[in-house]
Amino acid sequence: MSVDTATVKRVAKLSRIAITDERAESMREELNTILGFVEQLNDVNVDGVEPMTSVVDMQMRKRMDEVTDGNIADDVTANAPASEDNFFMVPKVVE
Amino acid sequence: MLDVLATEQEITVPMEASMTELVDVRTPNPKNFFPGEDHEWELVIGLEVHAQVTSNAKLFSGASTAFGSEQNSNVSLVDAAMPGMLPVINEVCVRQAVKTGLGMNAVINKRSVFDRKNYFYPDLPQGYQISQLYHPIVGEGTITVQVGPDKAGKFETVEIGVERLHLEQDAGKSMHDQHPTMSFVDLNRSGVALMEIVSKPDIRSIDEAKAYVTKLRSILRYLGTCDGNMDQGSMRADVNVSVRKPGDDFGTRCEIKNVNSIRFMGQAIEYEAKRQIDILEDGGSIDQETRLFDPVKVETRSMRSKEEAHDYRYFPDPDLLPLEFDDAFIEEIRAELPELPDQKRTRFMEEGLSEYDASILVSDKSYADYFEQVAEGRDSKTTANWVINDLLGALNKASKDLDNSPVSPTQLGGIIDLIKADTISGKIAKDLFEIVWNEGGDPAKIVEDRGMAQVTDTGAIEAAIDEIIAANPDKVAEVREKPKMIGWFVGQVMAATGGKANPKAVNELLQKKIAE
Repeated sequence: MSVDTATVKRVAKLSRIAITDERAESMREELNTILGFVEQLNDVNVDGVEPMTSVVDMQMRKRMDEVTDGNIADDVTANAPASEDNFFMVPKVVE
Repeated sequence: MLDVLATEQEITVPMEASMTELVDVRTPNPKNFFPGEDHEWELVIGLEVHAQVTSNAKLFSGASTAFGSEQNSNVSLVDAAMPGMLPVINEVCVRQAVKTGLGMNAVINKRSVFDRKNYFYPDLPQGYQISQLYHPIVGEGTITVQVGPDKAGKFETVEIGVERLHLEQDAGKSMHDQHPTMSFVDLNRSGVALMEIVSKPDIRSIDEAKAYVTKLRSILRYLGTCDGNMDQGSMRADVNVSVRKPGDDFGTRCEIKNVNSIRFMGQAIEYEAKRQIDILEDGGSIDQETRLFDPVKVETRSMRSKEEAHDYRYFPDPDLLPLEFDDAFIEEIRAELPELPDQKRTRFMEEGLSEYDASILVSDKSYADYFEQVAEGRDSKTTANWVINDLLGALNKASKDLDNSPVSPTQLGGIIDLIKADTISGKIAKDLFEIVWNEGGDPAKIVEDRGMAQVTDTGAIEAAIDEIIAANPDKVAEVREKPKMIGWFVGQVMAATGGKANPKAVNELLQKKIAE
């Protein structure tokens, strides 16, 4: 499997990453190298093998339904490029 | 599924294509048809309802779910998607989803998996929503809805299939009107647990769609798994609408996003059906697209900006293990199930209520709760009449909810007791109800203070009758000829006593006096 330049550009756009044509071209090559590497896994016969979801055989840990966090609006917005009254401010997005 | 980019097929194929094939289980019913130019049209509707899980904390963090808090105060570093934060699932949210599944007679999947649904939007700090696409926690189920009543007071019972229920995170909230060039983002809702309940395309009319959402909301409220408050956004629906010539294959559908009231849903479906019919009748074709309902203009319009966002690149969330539980867990929850609307309706009918009354009362949990409080120790038929005709009628007229009713169950019970004890007549009871509605107070005390009690003193009634008989000898002669004329006398006596005379006593005394 391999990707073409158009796919690279589309994935970049969906991730909101600006990418030049030149960079897309080199990205395509890099990604295809990675995909080629991963493709080696196809040589392994995995018939009847359950996908492995964890290296440890354990059940998912669950939390109690208790409020143990929050009220840290200053911390939450501390790294925001712009904020006001503990709101995040972002360039206007309207439907 | 390790190979993310290999899922290209899913990128271009809409989500539904990877799921169960759509099957038409309904027989076309002309009653539901929509008028058209050359022939009638049949609507096909499927609903995706997002119901906020009732829980104290969020789905994957310990922040509060409280509504209306200060901006970004119910946000943990997990909800804000700070680097390195890991989600840990809230066990109660899992129980609530299973309970809801059981309430819809659905298959509970003992193993389900969380996937990442990737899209970019400022109110989604993770850049993906944790959801369940391939292995939802709840599979197929059924919701039985009563559609109606029609003019004869009859209900039609319709079974609507449920395709699935899955758990997912809610997003934050953006506000666009606070600043000329910036949007404000509040993440309090970010990470709150939602159940997305997807119906099969089994709905064929606006009334059925409304009945389905009403019934689903009532089941959720009975179960206590979602408060069902659409005005606070705890329940929202995405509505899929298509039209076809009756009996044809399914047409191309449009999805109307985020409809937040049952009334708006009805308006949105009606507008959308007419729009699609107009296009098809002009020889055009429907583009499958996502649309937005504008409740002010009462129209739907295309959300072009979202077109590309449909490329969600789902893959299993590597931060979360599969969600697994055993039969004992399910049975424990099953044992906690309360009486659900269908069971309650059957019980009410066994206790002597008509199908109509029982259906109305169970349609909303608050109606049934109110009714049961008043009916405790009182006649259920009389109570049902007062709750449905008088109270719900008045609330409807005043556009009020039962939760904000000016008349409490205790007050309404008091009024019914006064009728039962013959202290007031049914007619005076209506006046009393209005006073309690407007001014509040204890019904018994109001009756006493304002002298509204029935005149049971036969002497006073007799005096009034004697006076009227003496003043109207011609009428007396007439009524002896035509006994039905007695109504006129009853009216006169009631007027003379300010409506307070006991009608039964008046009748008896009149019969006697006139015969003399």
